[in-house]
Amino acid sequence: MIMKSSTAVAKMTLDGEEVGFTPGETVYEVAERHRREIPTLCYDPRLEPFGGCRLCVVELEGARAPVASCTTKAEPGMVIRTRTDAIDAHRRTLLELVASENRENDVDPLRGYASQELATLLDRYDARTGRFAGSHSGRTRDDDDNPFILRDYDLCISCYRCVRVCAEQQGDYAISIKNRGFATEITTEFSGLLRGSACVFCGQCVQTCPTGALADRKALANAEVPGKIEKTRTICPYCGVGCSVDVMTKGERVVGVQPAMDGPANEGALCVKGQFAFDFVHHHERLVKPWVRGEDGRLREASWDEALDRAAQGFLKAVAEHGRYSVYGIASGRAPHEAAYTMQKFIRMGFGTNQIDNCSRA
Amino acid sequence: MSNPLADMDKPDVIFCIGTNMTECHPVAATRLKQALARGAKMIVADPRHIGLADLADVYLPIRVGSDVALLLAMAHVIVRDGLVDPVFIAARTTGSEAFFEHVGKFTPEWAQTITEVPAADIERAARIYGEADRGAIYYTLGITEHICGVDNVQSLCNLMLMTGNVGREGTGINPMRGQNNIQGAGDCGALPNNYPGFQPVTDPANQAKFEKAWGRKIDLENGITKVTALNLAGDRIRAMLIDGENTLLSDPDRKHCEHALRSLDHLVVMDIFMTDTAELADVVLPATAWAETDGVCANTERRVQRLRAAVPPAGEAKPDWWLISAIAKRMGIKGFDYASAKDVFNELCEVSTIYHGLNWDLIEDGAYHWPVPEKGHAGTPILHQDKFKNGRGVFMRPQYRDPAETISEQFPIWLTTGRRLESYHTRTQTGRSEGMDYLLPEETLEVHPADVDAWGLTDGGWCKLTSPRGSVEVKVQATNRSPKGTVFASFSFSDVPINALTGSGYDPITETAELKVCVVKVEPCEGIISPAPVI
Repeated sequence: MIMKSSTAVAKMTLDGEEVGFTPGETVYEVAERHRREIPTLCYDPRLEPFGGCRLCVVELEGARAPVASCTTKAEPGMVIRTRTDAIDAHRRTLLELVASENRENDVDPLRGYASQELATLLDRYDARTGRFAGSHSGRTRDDDDNPFILRDYDLCISCYRCVRVCAEQQGDYAISIKNRGFATEITTEFSGLLRGSACVFCGQCVQTCPTGALADRKALANAEVPGKIEKTRTICPYCGVGCSVDVMTKGERVVGVQPAMDGPANEGALCVKGQFAFDFVHHHERLVKPWVRGEDGRLREASWDEALDRAAQGFLKAVAEHGRYSVYGIASGRAPHEAAYTMQKFIRMGFGTNQIDNCSRA
Repeated sequence: MSNPLADMDKPDVIFCIGTNMTECHPVAATRLKQALARGAKMIVADPRHIGLADLADVYLPIRVGSDVALLLAMAHVIVRDGLVDPVFIAARTTGSEAFFEHVGKFTPEWAQTITEVPAADIERAARIYGEADRGAIYYTLGITEHICGVDNVQSLCNLMLMTGNVGREGTGINPMRGQNNIQGAGDCGALPNNYPGFQPVTDPANQAKFEKAWGRKIDLENGITKVTALNLAGDRIRAMLIDGENTLLSDPDRKHCEHALRSLDHLVVMDIFMTDTAELADVVLPATAWAETDGVCANTERRVQRLRAAVPPAGEAKPDWWLISAIAKRMGIKGFDYASAKDVFNELCEVSTIYHGLNWDLIEDGAYHWPVPEKGHAGTPILHQDKFKNGRGVFMRPQYRDPAETISEQFPIWLTTGRRLESYHTRTQTGRSEGMDYLLPEETLEVHPADVDAWGLTDGGWCKLTSPRGSVEVKVQATNRSPKGTVFASFSFSDVPINALTGSGYDPITETAELKVCVVKVEPCEGIISPAPVI
């Protein structure tokens, strides 16, 4: 049988098993696909591999030292071991070093989508040993009073995911790295506040942070609300891009929003409105009852029976006095299909006319 | 959009005109920025120095309302320099010869006198788009909200047709829709000329189809548009049902709108807050909000997606479909016995040609772009791939026309309007979300710093802005985003109702208002005491 070269699959050995890969894939991607659980902290599948945290190291036969799987391209004939005692010990030590730097490692999941990554790995590798003590890097920016993004850099592990997501995904280059080693700071131009920098408060840095050092202040304000966090997948209520979001609720309360990393329109991105402008839902000015205009010309609360009868009678009266063309319907570009569909059917079935439009002309 | 959002990082040339995408569709803009990072070129035409202008290879700061002149001249250069795609033109279009002759007289030098953009920059932009292998056009209301909105869109279609930049990945003509379900409102037949699925009401076959489906013969005549309906309020139009629209703040010419709504015998408004519009109603019904509502929406790329309720409704609020059905049933109208949003959506799929292959269960993951004409169809991410819906692409021959109003001694300044990143429309939602005021506490009038000085204004001081229809007082913000002689404000804040000024004219075909252009005068004033924020 003649095999076309384009369909030939390159092969490598992964933990003793021969596996195929597509040229261009990294060792990490191949291993992921084959359900190996390689730990990472600086990795975000949407970003260029960085190779900073060194947790994803694997043994490559013939190499002098373990290699970072996220930055190593798969090559035919490679022999890779993703878990050995030596690799596990290496990962545990690294995690212990990282953990020793932080004020705390267990943070509220309301801080952000990826905020539990470090704590989860510490448990997986049994790395809560307190083996190391001493210097800490990162200082929380208490002076930044913006209502959306908490800059709790005491928890920063310098993975630079925030810096990279802002540059590579959001394209705004609002945050950067200053200094090196224990003096490393994640900061804005001239070390100022986020407001006044190129930051547009899209929240992408918050959602990729693996320790909760950057945190969703609005969600975190609900930390004390009792109950377990539930997530419901829906679509952002603002512009027409149609970003997928997970609405976080505790009981009957919306406590925050997280972008859907697999949302087809947004792939993990949101803007300031979709990320942070959600609490109008529970605003005290919400209409919670029907209202009708009373004899005195003022609107007053009414029963459903009274309101619906008033609504229906008004349309019937208009038709009786002025004919069926006198009734007009305006559908909303904010409400779902079911609203627009029933609205046009109401006009067409109710009056036999096409006296219907939506708000797209203005 | 003719092409999906995922295509936005694939063009080698991006042409953005009349779209402030980084503020109005920020997540879509991230994809453009990624395309630029990979080496794509971008042309940006906009009167204001918007965020995209900083990223552009060629920025064309056209005078408000001069788009047709720019686009005719670009077509002129593309013909003159032989950058047309003769194979595509021969195979898929009609009217090219007459069009090429038409653009012969519209030189870049001619366009410079109208657009105020140097002819050399127009040439450069035309050549970049004309030479593109994959050229994609993106536009928003900066194209449509003009008296010549149709001409603007047709001018863009001409560029696309003459270069064959359609029906392929990373190409096309892509309007960015402004509201989460404005696409869906049209899809569902909330239009005076179309049944669900854009089936014309004037076609007797469609009349028969819907008579069979619903049991009533519906007029063969188009209804009137909302714009006309508001003009006829109190006259031929006596009763209105308005769903979730703050007409009073969002529509042009506030005085006229308020008069229209007050002239009605009967106004029923469904909304989630007591908006300025709801305040005028005879009956106000409480609707469920986002995160309380199950349903379906369609985004700007025609992707059909599920909305899911995460919390119970506030108080006694009900879904819009329930409210409308309840009124219908009390009037004795048949066909409104729905038990759920799913019932309604599945009925829509039955009668709609573009949703016919869908149902509630199939759209769970949002995998389909309409049209999905039959069951088993995979959906249509890219439109016009092998043919156009109506056969061949037709070259139209638009002429440049001045805006409805042009500057004069009495009103020497252009006003253009739009949105800002941190607020959405009339702020019924963003204005009631904690923290948004930190970024955008109040309305300002964006004025070029030289104009601030020339007109005797102060940055941060107050001015009185007057158009032929009304006046508002607004704080001045000196910024280079505004070109000299043109000022900008949004229509977000009810205490600075910019729509008191707009409403100079309407496109004769779509009746879309020219919200992007009117003329004003600006005078310094003492100012008013800033009202308390809404929160």
